[in-house]
Amino acid sequence: MGKLLDIRGLSASAGEKPILHNIDLTIGEGEIHVLMGPNGAGKSTLGQVIMGNPEYAVTAGSIALEGEDITEKAVDARSRAGLFMSFQTPTEVPGVPLNSFLRAIVAQHGELQLKGKRYKKRVSQIMEQLEMDEAYLNRELNVGFSGGEKKKVEMLQLLLLQPKLAILDETDSGLDVDALSVVSRAISAYRDACAGSLLIITHQKRLLEHLAVSHTHVMVNGRIVENGDASLVDDINANGFERFIKAAPNRANAPDDAQPAHFDATAAVAHMEAALAAADAGKAGA
Amino acid sequence: MAAKTQVADINRALYDFVKSEEGSYRAEAGLTEDIVREISERKGEPSWMLELRLKSLEIYHEMPVSDWGPSIDGLDMDNIVTYVKPPTEQESNWDDVPEDIKDTFERLGIPQAERAYLAGVGAQYDSELVYHNIQESAAKQGVVYSGIEEALHGPYAELIREHFMKLITPREHKFAALHGAVWSGGSFVYVPAGVHMDYPLQSYFRLNAKGAGQFEHTLIIVEDDADLHFIEGCSAPKYNVANLHAGAVELFVGKRAHLRYSTIENWSKNMYNLNTKRARCDEEGQIEWISGSFGSHVGYLYPMSILAGRKAQSSFTGITFAGAGQNLDTGCKVVLAAPQTTASVDTKSISKDGGISTFRSSVVATPAATGSACTVSCASLMLDDVSRSDTIPAMDIRCADVSIGHEATIGRISDDKIFYLMSRGISEEEARTMIVNGFAEPVSKELPLEYAVEMNNLIKLEMEGAIG
Repeated sequence: MGKLLDIRGLSASAGEKPILHNIDLTIGEGEIHVLMGPNGAGKSTLGQVIMGNPEYAVTAGSIALEGEDITEKAVDARSRAGLFMSFQTPTEVPGVPLNSFLRAIVAQHGELQLKGKRYKKRVSQIMEQLEMDEAYLNRELNVGFSGGEKKKVEMLQLLLLQPKLAILDETDSGLDVDALSVVSRAISAYRDACAGSLLIITHQKRLLEHLAVSHTHVMVNGRIVENGDASLVDDINANGFERFIKAAPNRANAPDDAQPAHFDATAAVAHMEAALAAADAGKAGA
Repeated sequence: MAAKTQVADINRALYDFVKSEEGSYRAEAGLTEDIVREISERKGEPSWMLELRLKSLEIYHEMPVSDWGPSIDGLDMDNIVTYVKPPTEQESNWDDVPEDIKDTFERLGIPQAERAYLAGVGAQYDSELVYHNIQESAAKQGVVYSGIEEALHGPYAELIREHFMKLITPREHKFAALHGAVWSGGSFVYVPAGVHMDYPLQSYFRLNAKGAGQFEHTLIIVEDDADLHFIEGCSAPKYNVANLHAGAVELFVGKRAHLRYSTIENWSKNMYNLNTKRARCDEEGQIEWISGSFGSHVGYLYPMSILAGRKAQSSFTGITFAGAGQNLDTGCKVVLAAPQTTASVDTKSISKDGGISTFRSSVVATPAATGSACTVSCASLMLDDVSRSDTIPAMDIRCADVSIGHEATIGRISDDKIFYLMSRGISEEEARTMIVNGFAEPVSKELPLEYAVEMNNLIKLEMEGAIG
């Protein structure tokens, strides 16, 4: 399969603070990649940097989409080139009805040819799939929406735009079982519709159950420390991130890392385990 | 991204065109008793009106310029021409209006709007009305919509005398006194008891003459159980000298009557807009103000609702957009003067390119206001680091049994919102416009569709070229 996204030696920082270090990541057409790692590892930042969030500065390396360097491209151009990101916490935009917003974004993607009746029909169809009342169309974008509703709006856009690559940033977090199953089906529908590639950032296995994961990457302290296939997901679910954290380069030795030298790996591991235990307890509760 | 918020100068081609003043009569610049007498004489007014003018002139000279608001030092009354009569009489057929003037109003879309959805239109050009017409169906119900000066000579003369400058007296402030002295033009509306107007009336005020003042007087009486929507529009081309607008709007809302007063103010940015508006509501009467302020160099505008009867209601929904060189001081005043009255004030302000937008409100609850309630909410959006936004709420509560609430928020367009919209393919400029339009939406949704579109276009114009 051809290369869709090709990231080479990518480092990025937020202000003065380096976050990503020398990331290499290649995603082929139609592939499903999973990005895992402890909280704060930089997974979401990688998604944001791929999408072009100006809050982060690329300090080294490059991002190419279908062979074209997009490292310096504006966010909207990346979207038009076929990138999409489902936000972990989609923002609210008061006074802008969902319907006007959807029409505006569809207009930016002329290749979809979704005008007038075709647009209406397509939106109705997707909303039915997502078990969303069409009354949502008249509501202000994400304003007062529950976490689950916001994620459904993200999926609505995913299905409408059918991007070449969709980054799903913890789309499954905070969802109840019903919403999670709607989102899972939406992702399958996206795959069925256009066989688009996915980069899925997640802590849970549930979302991946019906997907043919081709690659798994583990990120710790802003670095990709392990690459594997779908079995790596099971491994992490069984054993956690401990061994990756221990094996990760000591921050004190990382020349491009501004973190203080007295990083306490043991404390971090303990903290991480507690967090994972809490997450598991939450899952059992759901 | 924070650095990318500069917005280019507005393209005002839509409003910014100048017509020749040839054939117009211009009074001498400045303000003297002779000029006041001359205006009155030209109009053939009743003597009480001349007395009111002269008394107002006296008060004007006595009163100091207020010192609490934006500076009006750039306004020199000695250079302002207070009366400019266009070379025509008031017509009721657009074909009879001189070509230049007719073209002006056509470019502003007035005759088109009249045909589409208005029950009547008044059009003022400089100091005089050039057109006034009301649909037959409305006239048959006894609705009167005419120039206020012609009404002074008709069957409503006494009614006008009873109400004229009674809500806004010449002692109110210096420019109310000025208005009393040199007022000219404006509309008179009378809606008889129980009559519900299905379509709005609209008066449009255009100031074409350079260095002139416009001082129209709008008087509206909505009798008990009647209902009216009145729309006021105004614009002017830009000159490099000061122009002045000091109009007065007096609204009388009867028992259980309802009046909605919508304004889109789009004066040019050399205008000093020192306008005064006031409504009085009797028992269960309702006044709704919808106000969009986009133009003017300096603006002082605080429509006031006096809730004089039990259960009278007022709602004010306003938006102010201050760009480069603009200092707009706008807001609302409410007087709760009877039991169980309710009022709400909801305003939005936007400032950019060094524009200053100040929200000023005054809520007064008299001892009679038992069981009344008022909420004031004001949200401001600053589009860059050089603009200013202030909120100055005043409350004077003289009654223990009232509920008064105030909230104010000041913010910027968040980069998160921009990033989110752009991640879907929307350009930065469009994303900003979308967010600002969304911010203004609570106001635009209250406007008739055509005006909502105009307002969105004004915002779009202001936002165009925003990305450097």
